[in-house]
Amino acid sequence: MRPMRNLLAAVLVLFAACSAHAQLSIEITGAGAQRIPIAVAPLAGEGALLDASGAGISAIVRADLERSGLFRGLEVPRLVPQPTEASSVNYAEWRSRLADALVLGSVAGRPDGRFEVRFRLYDVLKQSALGGVAYTLTREQVRATAHRIADYVYEKLTGEKGVFSTRIAYVVKRGERYELQVADADGANEQAMLVSGEPIISPAWSPDGRRLAYVSFQNKKPIVYVQDIEVPKQQIVANFKGSNSAPAWSPDGKRLALALTRDGNSQIYLVNPDGSNVQRLTRSGGIDTEPFYSPDGEWLYFTSDRGGSPQIYRMSTRGGEAQRITFEGGYNVSPRVSPDGRSLAYIARNGGKFQVALLELATRQVQVLTDSDLDESPSFAPNGRVILLATIVAGRGVLTAVSADGRVKQRLTVTAGDVREPAWGPLNK
Amino acid sequence: MRALWTILIASALAACATTQTPDTQPPAGVEDRAPGAARPGTQAVPAKPVTGVDLTGDKPAAAGVAPHRDPANVLSQRSVYYDFDKYDIKDEFKPVIEAHARYLRENASLKMLIQGNTDERGSREYNIALGQRRSEGVKRMLLLLGVREEQVEAVSLGEEKPKEAGHTEEAWTRNRRSDMLYTGEY
Repeated sequence: MRPMRNLLAAVLVLFAACSAHAQLSIEITGAGAQRIPIAVAPLAGEGALLDASGAGISAIVRADLERSGLFRGLEVPRLVPQPTEASSVNYAEWRSRLADALVLGSVAGRPDGRFEVRFRLYDVLKQSALGGVAYTLTREQVRATAHRIADYVYEKLTGEKGVFSTRIAYVVKRGERYELQVADADGANEQAMLVSGEPIISPAWSPDGRRLAYVSFQNKKPIVYVQDIEVPKQQIVANFKGSNSAPAWSPDGKRLALALTRDGNSQIYLVNPDGSNVQRLTRSGGIDTEPFYSPDGEWLYFTSDRGGSPQIYRMSTRGGEAQRITFEGGYNVSPRVSPDGRSLAYIARNGGKFQVALLELATRQVQVLTDSDLDESPSFAPNGRVILLATIVAGRGVLTAVSADGRVKQRLTVTAGDVREPAWGPLNK
Repeated sequence: MRALWTILIASALAACATTQTPDTQPPAGVEDRAPGAARPGTQAVPAKPVTGVDLTGDKPAAAGVAPHRDPANVLSQRSVYYDFDKYDIKDEFKPVIEAHARYLRENASLKMLIQGNTDERGSREYNIALGQRRSEGVKRMLLLLGVREEQVEAVSLGEEKPKEAGHTEEAWTRNRRSDMLYTGEY
């Protein structure tokens, strides 16, 4: 009976990785108080190497840096002769344009049909070069190369890893159609991993960025699957009686924590990514769900209503007693530990509003980061600087990104439909 | 397997129907049977084809309407409603569950799927667990009333299948519910 029903019910299409034009657009709705003014001069010869939308490398780098909220890109007029990374820099002239930092570079075609991109970053105030890189690339790698340049600039000037080369996953609902999408962090290069007539929730990246675990209702109930980014094939991780949901990867990628109701109430279990070696972790009389590993793999944070209202607890991954983490308010859910392990983002109900809160674990200080009222599913950028979340604006599901200090805000929308369930992928190696 | 199952249900339904006054109405598919939704005098409109397609080619029960598909019958009430973040069954819904328990006991070949649902607020994953608690609560009451375990399955749809779209208190009230579905309706 099962296979028959599955055949009838699942309106399921698996897509091979295929390029699509960007459908996720990003709007900056708040910026940092002090943004570094930077001049990204057009690279000499970059007109020969444009992306599909006609953008050159310097424009992509500038847009990346501006989107972070930490940089202000300066307009650079057409310069003759066009400076390159090999030119001697007229610091006084760039200072008069109010630039604190400067990127110069060049693009050259190679005999084998590929291109060589070189750039150098300068500190205009200190009148010194901060370094540079040369890349060999194909025409298809123009955006990826620009993101790597932006990552380099961001790290040199802020001291933190840039996340412009990372990817995000999210779910788009268009009418009764659900799409699990993977896109670059700037919303470009969107690719469908799964399209279904039934809901898809809770995508979670494997630590190596090669696989996604997620929950699909394609068989009329929540079942956990794992799917390779590059192979359009689902593998069932957990399909027990009742609900199977809330997958979270261990930092070494060898285990998944899940919520299962196979033994009654929702409880937390550990399982291998191929579905083997199922081990029950929590034993409470209430609801335990939404496990999330600490970056050192020692702890599992999770949501539980064992104390009468949903609150966040943690437990050693080897078992034992659970410790309660949140105490303020009657509804605290969806714990996500920051990549440095020092803070915890979660959803808190404040006077009827569901908002993203950030708890500093050492001091127990709590800061509410958003002013929206139906927030869900927070997800840290891998540098810990930004939290991506789902919310409702004007009746539509959108993603927003808020910096961990609450200052910088962005909104990510799709042209037609609701977007939700964001998950920020790991850093590129 | 599926075909056999469908035949069993069809004959079960036909058996039930013969105890009713013959009726020329066609059997309705899955419909919204929320309290207040089925108004007296309105005709039961056949819903769009149900996913559980009849593979035998036989239409079940042209003879009449099964009690659980008769809008006038208490068995047409299929939903239990809850307060925010609660899963206790309010007194007003107990007679409905008792009626379904009686019906399931009297029709041992019938099966029921209970789908627990929540409103959209809070966490999707917590809502899956909460919806499961709601559907398990209804299932437990049915079992206490003598229904056999293998007749009832409890699942959760969390906040994923709202009965009413919208972000208002009214929509949320209608979405916090357990729905009872008989075989052929899911």
